[in-house]
Amino acid sequence: MGSTSAENNGADGTSGVGRRDLIKRSAALGLISVPAMSFLSACASGGGGDNGGEKAKAGKKTAKNPLAVNDSAPMEFVLFDGGFGKEYAEDAVKIYEKDFPKAKVKFAATQKIQSTLQPRFNQGTPPDLIDNSGAEQMDMGVLASKNQLTDLTPLLDAPSYDDPAKKVRDTLRPGIVEMGQLDGDPVWIMYYAYTVYGVWYSRKALDSLDEQYPETWDQMLAVCAKAKKKGMAGWTYAGKYPYYLPFSLYPMIGKVGGREVLDAIDNLEPNAWKHPAVKACFDAYYELYKKGYVLKGTPGLDHIQSQTAWAEGKALFIPNGSWVENESANVIPKDFDLAVSAPTGIDGSDKMPFGTIWASGGEPFIVPAKGKNAAGGMEQLRIMLSEASSKNFTSKVKSLTAYNGGTDGITLTPGLKSGVAALEKAGDNVVNPRIQDWYVQLQKEQIGVAGLGEMMAGRITPAEAIKKIQGFADAAAKDSSIKHYKHQ
Amino acid sequence: MQHGKYRFIVGFLAVPLGLYALFVVWPFIQSIYYSFTDWTGLSPEFKMVGLDNYRRMLDDEIFWKSLQHSLMFAVVLPLVTLGLALFFAFMINVGGRRRRGGPVVSGVRGSSFYKIVYFFPQVLSIAIVALLFAFAYNPDSGAINSLLRGIGLDGLQPLWLGDPDLALWCVMAVLVWSMVGFFVVLFSAGMASIPTDLYEAALLDGAGRATTFFRITLPLLWDTVQSGWVYMGILALGAESFAVVQIMTTGPGGPDYSTTVLVLYVYQKAFRDGQAAYATTIGVALLIVTLAFAAVVMRLGRRERLEY
Repeated sequence: MGSTSAENNGADGTSGVGRRDLIKRSAALGLISVPAMSFLSACASGGGGDNGGEKAKAGKKTAKNPLAVNDSAPMEFVLFDGGFGKEYAEDAVKIYEKDFPKAKVKFAATQKIQSTLQPRFNQGTPPDLIDNSGAEQMDMGVLASKNQLTDLTPLLDAPSYDDPAKKVRDTLRPGIVEMGQLDGDPVWIMYYAYTVYGVWYSRKALDSLDEQYPETWDQMLAVCAKAKKKGMAGWTYAGKYPYYLPFSLYPMIGKVGGREVLDAIDNLEPNAWKHPAVKACFDAYYELYKKGYVLKGTPGLDHIQSQTAWAEGKALFIPNGSWVENESANVIPKDFDLAVSAPTGIDGSDKMPFGTIWASGGEPFIVPAKGKNAAGGMEQLRIMLSEASSKNFTSKVKSLTAYNGGTDGITLTPGLKSGVAALEKAGDNVVNPRIQDWYVQLQKEQIGVAGLGEMMAGRITPAEAIKKIQGFADAAAKDSSIKHYKHQ
Repeated sequence: MQHGKYRFIVGFLAVPLGLYALFVVWPFIQSIYYSFTDWTGLSPEFKMVGLDNYRRMLDDEIFWKSLQHSLMFAVVLPLVTLGLALFFAFMINVGGRRRRGGPVVSGVRGSSFYKIVYFFPQVLSIAIVALLFAFAYNPDSGAINSLLRGIGLDGLQPLWLGDPDLALWCVMAVLVWSMVGFFVVLFSAGMASIPTDLYEAALLDGAGRATTFFRITLPLLWDTVQSGWVYMGILALGAESFAVVQIMTTGPGGPDYSTTVLVLYVYQKAFRDGQAAYATTIGVALLIVTLAFAAVVMRLGRRERLEY
């Protein structure tokens, strides 16, 4: 509890004696071991921020050390140990250790980001750099609003690792900096991976149907009809997690109605979902269900099951992100010839050209404000954003990074290659719907499961789905317990 | 002397009570306290907001849905699980035909084998059970639909966990499957302590299996059934239901909120949405529901105790 823990954290420990005494006695009885004591004396919400010890003193600012890292201060880095593994980060840590031989780096990789780090935030002793990713991601809006994060602007304005004449900011892919902002100018998050979303398919399967990837919806329906005749479904998706559908649906809405429609949706504007472009795209997807082009049983499949069915050739298309190549590597056949395409639009009257695609940052890295060596955390990120580290990441885990480039001279896997090609084709027509990182509950549970999921299972019509989703969005806009964001 | 005796007793009680107070009562008090704050769970700063969280909870549609499902779990699951377990235990221990030269009361043929088989699921962790069933319920290539296709029921291919009308029942079936074995063993142990002469007397009077069960076994086993009921209800309200819903269901908690339960909602609010204070508010509601459940079961189940 706030009050009692504040007492406990008094430096000399004069207060809160009663409880400590009790513990001491029990310990004397040999019934409570010593490690339990620290646990017992802390309450869930911990105490103030001043019990984390001294912050590291700033080091000397030089050309090689633009962030003025204290070269002997320890640095602690906690990585999410997920689909990308931990090797890339370990390699980057080695460079840090080489640059600062006197500094001790404590590196840990875990899947349990929240369970290991939430108590440390509460105690005011977070590590210096965190890859806040995975199922146990901590809400960054809350962290930022509670002053728990360091503004990364100094990092962005520092010279890049490779070229002192170029700022880090100028070496990044489009959208990365904006994605790191939540409210106003400070940049709280550095997304390290770069994900391409879209419709994933096997070129071989399309070739076997004698078809190209369809650009208009009529062509899409024709391709699906052809596939159906061959006993193949047109589409499947992660039915249990229908918030995978937006990976192709949102950029389609953007293509049909223009960026403003997506921005209005992100901003939770009234009637944003009532835009005709939204209805047109919902109708188009619903037609896939109506005509029987969606793999039977899809609403009961999870992401892995749907990807497996798709890799086995039971369905032609799947909305997904570029991680699918790595995630389903063991079920995708060798001659599959994986490719991604920007989503199919409605027809020639769409506002944006074919090729409009959703691409955005993944793997959010944060530098806690209450850590002891924030400069060290940022320096580690600067190292990771160098060309060499970026290449290392791309070749190891088959994904692009926030570093713009870094694909020359390494062999790209088929999916990655088509992702790079799709980005080139898109040019400036990259959309980046923010609703999925701004309003997690709204996006996943309400729009995804209760709206799109129900519609694609045929239990509600597009008109009903839109009404329902607009209702959820309106409720979220009014809900004072969630933080609201707006496009700048 | 008297004084010394009390000190002796207190000496023994202090430590366990102290541990209980620290690890059980203290966290409860903390949670109740936090439910009056706006604590996010991600920073040590918060302020008191009075009853705001409770007002919000009463207007929260998802909360009421979760409550409804949790209550259903607490009523249906013990009923079905204990009913099945009683039946199995009875057949294993008492329900067999009388064999020439054998004991008066015995189980059906192969009962010792069944006893072990029923206990199998209990050995598996609930997470594994949930995953196994998530595969079995796969509408495309799962065991259940494959079986249906295999026997020619191609037209009957339900979506199981993907169908809002079926999903909750699918989840409950898994919990019944995984819990029933434990109660079979528990009731078997209870039945073993019922004196055989009672059964002999009943048999001499010409009682059939059903009569024996309702007139002798059940009344003499009542205490065990009652504690089993409370135990099962608490599992259904708490950890077990969370694990299966979180691992198996759409969303999780869906489709369309059809499987969300209070514990899942607490978890989502605390660890997904960064609203720890609101989560503790729901936790307080869950605490009240659990206590009320235990109280109701204890009161309804109050019977005269038979000494034997």
